[in-house]
Amino acid sequence: MTRYVAQRVAMLGVILFGVMTVTFMLSRILPSSPVEVMLGHRPTPEQVEAAKKLLGLDRPLHEQFVAYLGDIATGNFGESLLTGRPVVSDIADRATATFELTTLAVLLVIFVGVPLGVLSAVNRNSVVDHATRTFSIAGVALPVFLIGMLLQMLFYGSLNWFPLQSRIDSEVLLDFPFEKHTGFYLLDTVLDGNWVALQSAALHLALPVLTLAIASLAVVTRITRNLMIEVLGQDYIRTARAYGVPERVINFRYALKATLVPMLTVIGLTYGFMLGGSVVVEFVFDWPGLGGYVVGAITKNDYPAVMGVTVFLATMYLTINLVIDLLYFAVDPRLRYK
Amino acid sequence: MTDPAINAPSGTLDLLRPSWTLKLRFFLSENVLFVAGVAVFLAVVFAAIFAPWISPYDPSKINFAHKLWAPGAEHLMGTDALGRDIFSRVVHGARTSLIIGATVLTLSMAIGIPIGLVAGYFGGRLDSFLMRIADVFLAFPPLLLPIAITAMLGAGLFNAMLALAVSWFPWYARIIRSSVIGIRQELYISAAQSMGVGHIRIMLRHALPNSWTPVIVQASMDFGYTILAAASLSFIGIGAKPPTVEWGLMVALSRSKFLDYWWTAACPGLAIFLTVLAVNLIGDGVRDILDPRGRSSR
Repeated sequence: MTRYVAQRVAMLGVILFGVMTVTFMLSRILPSSPVEVMLGHRPTPEQVEAAKKLLGLDRPLHEQFVAYLGDIATGNFGESLLTGRPVVSDIADRATATFELTTLAVLLVIFVGVPLGVLSAVNRNSVVDHATRTFSIAGVALPVFLIGMLLQMLFYGSLNWFPLQSRIDSEVLLDFPFEKHTGFYLLDTVLDGNWVALQSAALHLALPVLTLAIASLAVVTRITRNLMIEVLGQDYIRTARAYGVPERVINFRYALKATLVPMLTVIGLTYGFMLGGSVVVEFVFDWPGLGGYVVGAITKNDYPAVMGVTVFLATMYLTINLVIDLLYFAVDPRLRYK
Repeated sequence: MTDPAINAPSGTLDLLRPSWTLKLRFFLSENVLFVAGVAVFLAVVFAAIFAPWISPYDPSKINFAHKLWAPGAEHLMGTDALGRDIFSRVVHGARTSLIIGATVLTLSMAIGIPIGLVAGYFGGRLDSFLMRIADVFLAFPPLLLPIAITAMLGAGLFNAMLALAVSWFPWYARIIRSSVIGIRQELYISAAQSMGVGHIRIMLRHALPNSWTPVIVQASMDFGYTILAAASLSFIGIGAKPPTVEWGLMVALSRSKFLDYWWTAACPGLAIFLTVLAVNLIGDGVRDILDPRGRSSR
């Protein structure tokens, strides 16, 4: 097991190196040169030379690559051409907004999608099953931005139950300020006992979280259902039933447990899917996270910002998948002895 | 030894054998969703091919006198902020989306299949090396890599399609690789090798045709995803640009006014939904037909 973990971590290093190679190559093949972005139209040749020197673009490619790796290792993603601040600070300011959104969406998927899948598998061909299956087919075909905008039309436009966009009411933020201990607004407001701000933050989270979750909810529900149907056909389930074990215990303790390993894989993929999807969701809801930052950076050709966020999110995604791979051992004791 | 089936006149046997209409009817009743998917998809293809004849207006014709009309007799799906007929634009958008889906899939197969074929056929170090490269491309959260690539190449529909293909090829490389590994030890491959047939010829003539099915299954499942991803790129402003008529872009352009004029966002958005839904239903059906083992997965 230790050997497997060591191998797995070494593999992560190799893949990360590859990821950086890809982002490096991407940032050097761009047709719109960063020099142009920095200097605007018609710079003098001297200005161009000075800017190239400043960005290190005058050096041979392999030297640039080594410098690039060193920079990333020390947490230096360069400066945003747009905000003029280090990209790392921009990321640090916005990452928690994205993670609050994606984490809540993942939790929603787990705590709604899995029970729904179980329910659907246990009551095969019932009304619940048909409804769940319809939802799981339709959910993956809906464009994320359409879900977001339909929710906005319904819950803001028609019903006015939830706010249209952003992370918190700016007036609430002014009148009821709170300390940003963790950057997760739900936690921070609770820590400060600031219930007004908590309510505002929660209301603002509802629609973006739901939007981000729907597609994954459909996938996870469907997979849970299929895995459960497979497990429920096993001999030991029949034995348990013959012993008179209550159905609820069979379904949730005996059967669901057996689906945990493949389920973990799916949840890891879901997290990655959401990190990508959050770009669109944050754009729709004007959410002050990394996704909105990236979209803004792209339209302004701010390449250090785009590359910085890409490397950061890819690293996060790989780390999450590593953690999940290690969780297999916690979940399935058989693996520990292999 | 008088078996009635043998002695029976040939006409009776024919009666026992199901006619093709009966077989077809059975297939259709077993696969209602597949048939519905095919029907909707055919409608989309029809719209794409005959767009100029179906659409009542020029999709790019600006008409401020008809600005933001609600759906009605004159404009089936209403008009947008520039007075353009949304129905005509949705019909023309079908063309763009189908072209996008086909192009991205073709490109990712063109990159992925040769890599997977070589990796699976030769195995060993070359295989590990090529597959690690594929892994790197899968290490990015989906949609993020296409966004980064498009950002670097410059916004535009072609670059977006290229970016999607570059991010998607590892799946095809993996599929064809594992399927080639499965047949690498087959007698007909060794026979060809012992006869001195070249590696490239074996790969193209023997390995590829025999490992092709899972690729078709995967492609039919991916077509919808591709359309969705491309629409998302257009939506956030790095895909299709005006004057290209594209559904994701139409939704994006409706953003400033959609709360009061729902049809400007809902019509193109639902067009994406219906097309992707139809394509996914077809994909499910194709998988069931070609690969019955995978029936319960996904």
